[in-house]
Amino acid sequence: MSIALERDERVVHRYFAGQKTRFLQEWREILQSGHLLYNLVHRDLTVRYKRSILGALWTLLHPLLLTGILVIVFSHIFRFDIEHYEIYLLSGLLPWTFFAQTTVSSMAATAWNGPLMKRVRVPKSIFTLSTTISGLINLAISYLPLVGIMVINGIKFKPAMLFLPVSVAILAVFTFGLSLMLSTISIYFVDVREMFAVALTALMYLTPIIWPLKIVPPRFQQIIQANPLYYFVEMVRIPLHAGIIPSAKLLTVAIVMALASFLFGWLTFRRMSRGFYPHL
Amino acid sequence: MSSIVCRDISVTYPPQKAPSLKEWALRRGNRAKPFQALTDVNLTIEPGEAFGIVGGNGAGKSTLLRVIAGIIPPTRGEVITRGVLAPIIELGTGFDGELSGRENIFFNGSLLGRSRAFMRRCVEEIIDFSGLTEFIDAPLRTYSTGMVARLAFAVATTIDAEIVLLDEVLAVGDASFYDRCEERIRRFHQTGATIVFVSHDLVSVRELCTRAVWIDHGRVVTIGDANEVADAYEKRMHALPAPAVATV
Repeated sequence: MSIALERDERVVHRYFAGQKTRFLQEWREILQSGHLLYNLVHRDLTVRYKRSILGALWTLLHPLLLTGILVIVFSHIFRFDIEHYEIYLLSGLLPWTFFAQTTVSSMAATAWNGPLMKRVRVPKSIFTLSTTISGLINLAISYLPLVGIMVINGIKFKPAMLFLPVSVAILAVFTFGLSLMLSTISIYFVDVREMFAVALTALMYLTPIIWPLKIVPPRFQQIIQANPLYYFVEMVRIPLHAGIIPSAKLLTVAIVMALASFLFGWLTFRRMSRGFYPHL
Repeated sequence: MSSIVCRDISVTYPPQKAPSLKEWALRRGNRAKPFQALTDVNLTIEPGEAFGIVGGNGAGKSTLLRVIAGIIPPTRGEVITRGVLAPIIELGTGFDGELSGRENIFFNGSLLGRSRAFMRRCVEEIIDFSGLTEFIDAPLRTYSTGMVARLAFAVATTIDAEIVLLDEVLAVGDASFYDRCEERIRRFHQTGATIVFVSHDLVSVRELCTRAVWIDHGRVVTIGDANEVADAYEKRMHALPAPAVATV
């Protein structure tokens, strides 16, 4: 026999022409789909490594190996005058990787789940949200090797290091907003995915991640600082690498950009997501 | 209170012909026309009814079902549904080859909005009904097509709902599978659920449905008793050996 449903007598849906995707409505639907969100994140985190022997260990190994390579290249071949270069590098590389992977995977996830959106009613921003959440979980895991390196290097714990989650939260809001915008637009214009991938590569080198800002001549530093990612990488890096809380100016710029990204992401989504169907 | 009310539903799809960059830049006239998938559809379905939707390929049957499910927003008009919905638009929606059969059951349940606790209570029944007990923890990619279909059908129909939307699901599977499907649909009906059933197969519409609608080129042709609608549709089909096929 079928198991009796948890009946909610007042489940009424009304869909009409010109209906707007409302912010609270969308979030309520996401909350109601909590189980789906959990499953999407779970699938993201497990399926990726399901067939590999080392499995989830790759989340730890990947940043370590990458850092190893970059440290060999940049601290032995090109010498940067930075104290604890590997910590400088990894503490900037991790937020960058989170940003790059989340934006790209959000576009992929939204497109890949097109068939799903054609068959079931799901809040369409759930794929961007689940990608951001699994990105955050991966990021949290990747901090373990960094902590290990810091301990080995004899770095002492400083209270300012506890600011890291706040920095990451601001970065996550920024990343979610941009990802929502990109994944919405890329449903209509697939080219956006390729364009963004190229832009990401350029941004990676234009952002002081593997090199320090001070190697750039002062008159060009302003150009580098026009890049939004500079502030986010800096904000996430400083608590660990320098052991201080980011400056008020840096935080203000980052928070304003994060909120702007969230707002524009949402507005784009609200305007365009109802027309998804024939493009899925 | 009716289970489903559709008022003046129209759905228009934007032109799907991808314009070349040159065309797009020049924005010359004669661009591909939008496609009118549904025009002024009015329907009222009462609780406990088994309601059939018949019509040729591209007539707008699936579009109508998706509008009711809230998947396609109507371009004009409105739709109101009362009750917990289970849209079974396609079997195995969201199935992932890398996940095991069991994990896929949970994933599929969550797509239909069912909680983990609820799924935990009915997972054994689903596995039982699918007859896949010994393979249930193997990755889905190792299943045969038929096994996937059986699992999908078991998930879709073990989950109880007040409104069940079925889109041509009987088209897959062998004869015994077909019988099981029919039995399940009957049981939905007995529990008092409202069933909306899209099908090419007039025999199953006659057998399972109380009322039906015939849709052609996005418009309602006839609506009423399932047998009468099926008769009318059949008559037209015989009059026109090659039914006009609209492309979506």
